[in-house]
Amino acid sequence: MDKVQDNRAWFLIIPVFLIVAFSAVLPLMTVVNYSVQEIFGPGQTFFVGTEWFESVLADDRLHDALVRQIIYSLAVLAIEIPFGILIALGMPGGRSARTSLTLVLLALPLLIPFNVVGTIWQIFGRGDIGLLGATFRAIGIDYNYTNNSAHAWMTVLVMDVWHWTSLVALLCYAGLQSIPPAFYQAAKIDGASKWAVFRYIQLPKMRGVLIIAVLLRFMDSFMIYTEPFVLTGGGPGNSTTFLSQYLTQMAVGQFDIGRAAAFSIIYFLIVLLFSFVFYTIITKTGEGEKK
Amino acid sequence: MDLQWMAWTTPTALFFIGIAIMLAGMTVWEVVSPTAEAKGFLPMRTTRGDRLFIGLLGSAFIHLGWLAATTVSLWGALAVSLVWTAFVIRFG
Repeated sequence: MDKVQDNRAWFLIIPVFLIVAFSAVLPLMTVVNYSVQEIFGPGQTFFVGTEWFESVLADDRLHDALVRQIIYSLAVLAIEIPFGILIALGMPGGRSARTSLTLVLLALPLLIPFNVVGTIWQIFGRGDIGLLGATFRAIGIDYNYTNNSAHAWMTVLVMDVWHWTSLVALLCYAGLQSIPPAFYQAAKIDGASKWAVFRYIQLPKMRGVLIIAVLLRFMDSFMIYTEPFVLTGGGPGNSTTFLSQYLTQMAVGQFDIGRAAAFSIIYFLIVLLFSFVFYTIITKTGEGEKK
Repeated sequence: MDLQWMAWTTPTALFFIGIAIMLAGMTVWEVVSPTAEAKGFLPMRTTRGDRLFIGLLGSAFIHLGWLAATTVSLWGALAVSLVWTAFVIRFG
């Protein structure tokens, strides 16, 4: 029987359309308007053309923050994605007390507010009262994230891994649980190795959730603000000042609204570009295998 | 409705009107002649909307690159962007 064409369902997306327009599209349009003006106050604006864009594009501090941000996000993905997959593969399956306990333990870091995570690690890393800092000192490592850039970077990175790897693990676990047992039985009959089962059954079946995990973790880490702000304040020097923090300094600290708006648009375009590239690579890879 | 808080300027209004006309035009085009995924010089199969998106995103970076690298008028970047977008939509 032929399907009946009925496009009335499109009307159901009107509420979402209105909410997105109100909460995202209109503010973004306002930012575009701000980016070409010098803003002195409400109603006191002067058109400056592309001046702010030229100023932001020539800003060395922005270039440094961008490079730092890209390295940070790639490091986050390189650690959290494989680590999350490994955890998911090691988790108990089925319905048991062990499964429930593991799921609850994994979900715990995700429930902690960002600024609390920063505070926890700020104290945890302190040499005088923090367990991590004191342990390092006890074994002879002069660990100090407040005046050593490498230590600050390591701490910010490990903090992110601690906070967010659970999300990747839980998503991968959901993907793994959706694989019918018949796939594993067929692999067993064929004498497939553990690697073959992972490469040809588990990994392709996790592709959908991995797309979400990579995109979420990339975008979140690319826009990270609160945790490093609380932990290191962007220091020592500017070594952990990422794009969001630099943007906030510009917009709120210096009240340089026009320049900050131009910066925001460039930032938005970079996030859009990376997300599009990641999304395309992940969704298009393995399309041939499906057919 | 007072939209003064949005700090509108004529150039940005024209820019958004351009985007809105483009989206409306694409919608009409889609209704008249529905798109089919096609493979061109881009490394993946794309719909007409995908190619417009790639064209616009590329145009944004062409403008930024132009601003960063030259002092020549931005009309040049606009011309390059139009050629780029048309090329992507036709051959992408």
